[in-house]
Amino acid sequence: MSRNRELISNIGLRLDGRRALELRRIRCKLGLFSEPDGSAYIEQGLTKVLAAVYGPHQVRGNRSKAQHDCAIVNCQFSMAVFSTGERKRRPRGDRKSTEMSIHLHQALIAAIKVELYPWSQIDVYVEVLHADGGIYPACVNAATLALIDAGIPLKEYLCACTASLASNDIPMIDISHQEEIMGGPTLTVAALPMSGKVVLLEMSQRFHVDHLPKVLDKALKGCIDIKNILDEAVKNNVREIGSSTGWASST
Amino acid sequence: MPLCDAEKTFVLHGVDANMRIDGREREDYRPMELETDVVSHAFGSARLRLANTDVLVAVKIEVDSPFPEKPFEGKLEFFVDCSANATPDFEGRGGENLAVELSNCLASAYRSNEALDLKKLCIMKGRKCWKLYVDILLLEVGGNLFDAVSIAVKSALYNTQIPKIKSIHVDGSQIDIQVCDDIFSCTRLDISGAPLMVTVCKIGEHCIVDPNAAEEQCSVGAVVVAVSRGCLSTVLQTGTGSFHPKTLKECLKLGFSVAQNLEDSLMETLGEIKPNQDVGFLK
Repeated sequence: MSRNRELISNIGLRLDGRRALELRRIRCKLGLFSEPDGSAYIEQGLTKVLAAVYGPHQVRGNRSKAQHDCAIVNCQFSMAVFSTGERKRRPRGDRKSTEMSIHLHQALIAAIKVELYPWSQIDVYVEVLHADGGIYPACVNAATLALIDAGIPLKEYLCACTASLASNDIPMIDISHQEEIMGGPTLTVAALPMSGKVVLLEMSQRFHVDHLPKVLDKALKGCIDIKNILDEAVKNNVREIGSSTGWASST
Repeated sequence: MPLCDAEKTFVLHGVDANMRIDGREREDYRPMELETDVVSHAFGSARLRLANTDVLVAVKIEVDSPFPEKPFEGKLEFFVDCSANATPDFEGRGGENLAVELSNCLASAYRSNEALDLKKLCIMKGRKCWKLYVDILLLEVGGNLFDAVSIAVKSALYNTQIPKIKSIHVDGSQIDIQVCDDIFSCTRLDISGAPLMVTVCKIGEHCIVDPNAAEEQCSVGAVVVAVSRGCLSTVLQTGTGSFHPKTLKECLKLGFSVAQNLEDSLMETLGEIKPNQDVGFLK
């Protein structure tokens, strides 16, 4: 308890100077690379993630995996060995990466209109360049942008956000690495913010069940905020691509 | 994407006429973009974009104990990670062969003490030294990986800052190292001898440098030449084809002269980079 109190100061500021319900700065870019069908880069505070999407294409490798009524989504999460403070030994294949891949797959399946592409496969690869808390949300958001860049139909934006509880009663969102290691529970939510549906919910450590609705509510609010930022970025990107093809001059 | 015979013939004729598919001559490079200090939490980093080949290199430093046979020297380790972002073929363990080939080639190019003086990395003889981890991340593969990786590694080492040691306390087997408090007082590495690799690719009757992905498919073989301070530090032949000794000599000569030009322009570019420039993927 005594450690938890320091997460937020008396005047309501967090360690990095944010308010409890403030997101870190999000900057993103679509279409960085020419090789993949869709690519995106996102920065949430210091957390930096690259995502690439290949497909939809014919099922690679084991053909028997192909589904007659929907596309299969293949996700791989990997972290650059220099992404963390202490150098990592392996970029992928450890337990945490496998778990991340599974969670990412679960969230993306819910958002992609897989039924439109029978017998095909969509590959989503994410690469963490700098890990500073909230890796999973950054990966989900980057993957969403890359899927949009690849032109794959989504039901709606898929956004994720973390939330925590400070001083046992103040919910706060978008937890940084420093706040993660100081302790306190972390709730990770991936949601379809326009319809308000939750597609993935994960919690570590504990807090009282009475607090859950409150924290969940704030996390969903964070997802909506992120969605607005991503939406803005997508519109800007379309405007940029469109104007370079000269659509503005034709009207 | 595999090329068909007609496309291969087109590339081949282009090389014959000294006018390649992207308009270059046989000894021309594609445009490069180089940024340093892109990874804020590494001791040094660089990102090189050579047309659509994209390489990110970060250098991390740790304190380690030197090899018993080389008590005066620090350690240097290369690690290549083929990100699946570059191509789906690298998924899982798919990129491992390429990664090992690249890191072994780098390690042998840097093995000579002329290339990088590892004695500068010694903290205390036989007990403590700095270990440099050079981590290379391939983000996009568009041909000519060896050249791109060597340029990026050299730039990252140029950018690397090694902390200064304030004091060393020895208490029996315990060694306590105090690093200087001032984060700006660091030493830089001398990279004037760091080797640059040039891939010379044989297509038809002629040799070309900086092959793109399509040209790499047409070539029967390639020779990678690493040049450091006007000497060859590593020669590696890749691909399935075979070379006549005379052609091989020509390849080495071509690679050598191209590497020296590349070295000059790289050092000039590195000198022009100002601190606190806006860098990164958002540009």
